[in-house]
Amino acid sequence: MLFQQITRNKRKTYIIMILFAVILALAGAGLGYLFGNSPWGGMIIALIISAIYLFIVMRDPANMVMSLNHAREVNEQEEPELWHIVQDMALVGRVPMPRVYIIDDASPNAFATGRDPEHSAVAVTQGLLKMMNREELEGVLGHEISHIRNYDIRLSTVAAVLVGVISYLSGIASHYIWWFDDDRGHDNDDNNNLVLIFKIIAIIFVLILGPLCAGLAQMALSRNREYLADASSVDLTRNPQGLISALKKIAGSKPMKKADPSSAGMYIADPLHKKHGFSHLFDSHPPTEDRIKRLEKM
Amino acid sequence: MSTLTWIILIIIILLIGIYITIYNGLQKAKVYTDESWSQIDVQLKRRNDLIPNLVETTKGYAKHEKETLEHVVELRNQLTNIPTGERTETLKVSNQISDALKSIFALQENYPDLKANQNFMKLQEELTNTENKIAYSRQLYNSSAALYDQKLLTFPSNLVASIHGFKKVDYLEASAAEKEVPKVKF
Repeated sequence: MLFQQITRNKRKTYIIMILFAVILALAGAGLGYLFGNSPWGGMIIALIISAIYLFIVMRDPANMVMSLNHAREVNEQEEPELWHIVQDMALVGRVPMPRVYIIDDASPNAFATGRDPEHSAVAVTQGLLKMMNREELEGVLGHEISHIRNYDIRLSTVAAVLVGVISYLSGIASHYIWWFDDDRGHDNDDNNNLVLIFKIIAIIFVLILGPLCAGLAQMALSRNREYLADASSVDLTRNPQGLISALKKIAGSKPMKKADPSSAGMYIADPLHKKHGFSHLFDSHPPTEDRIKRLEKM
Repeated sequence: MSTLTWIILIIIILLIGIYITIYNGLQKAKVYTDESWSQIDVQLKRRNDLIPNLVETTKGYAKHEKETLEHVVELRNQLTNIPTGERTETLKVSNQISDALKSIFALQENYPDLKANQNFMKLQEELTNTENKIAYSRQLYNSSAALYDQKLLTFPSNLVASIHGFKKVDYLEASAAEKEVPKVKF
């Protein structure tokens, strides 16, 4: 079960990288068209930049995700209890000890990130440390160590980093709209209307479609793996009660103040507490009640 | 060479390959069980090193609890004298130490000064940590042992195991104290 999941995660990582490359290429083409009337140029520049960027980030993605989430690294002396629990979970999960980070936020939450188990890191919020007892912390960190063991971290880290790139690109495009309006009056071409339509399509694509695809892909990926990590956590701690009561406390708490939206899918529970009404398509996490119900059956 | 010779050659190479894989798998499982036992050993030693400090710190605050303190020291000495390899005996004494430590930690309820002592709190976290590590190492040992023993019982690895004289390892009995490590709320 675990080995299958690891292979699947590694395969999915490549699929998602290709998918993002396509989205980025299209977004780059859209931008190229808007700025320089050169979709091919834009596409090539976007691909080259993202390849270089990806190469740099993938050498140690944990650093980047941690700084995006305003997390600071701690050592054993600063946070002995947290450190020891992470050590315990890494021991029983047979993975190397990850680096440990703390986020100054009163809402309880946690996530794991990294390239592979040898280059991994876990972060917890101050709120989590304050609200949870040792048993509950074990449940939460067991969940995070399971993500590390399953290579979920690589998958979700790549997704988070790439979603970040796409939202940055569409941010650039949204600035363009303002001076696009001013510019239009000077153009007396016969093709004016056609060009306008193309430009509108390009803007729609860059602004909406890119981030939408990216967000969807990321969220679909993160939902199912949460159940597996919950189950694996219990396998490590042999104590479903710890995780159950931790999840209950997390569910009943306030959302985080400044969680990075592109890494929201990596947290143990949605840090933004977004409600999407009738559709669960955009939820980054399965409903907590469902997770608790599954844990209670174990 | 004829086709038949080739086929036989390939089958032989294939069988050797499978044999080697199985043998290595068995060795790996064996190494895992030994490694997780040494984890337990390391933690037991670490705890033994911490106990004198705990006793020293506690002594000044809880003068009337001499017996409790002496008991844990005595058990500690007992543990150091058990020859290596006596796993059952080692664990029996170590479980008794776990219980004795719990009663020392409980002292802080009666001695507020002790509870306020930074050194005591630090030692308590350290010892709770080793207690947990002992419990988790035992759990890891048992799951490693289960994997290894399963290989000894199932075909075809049982054939390779019997040729090389691999021996079954025993589980560590789960004591009632195992999950009941000193639960102290801060």
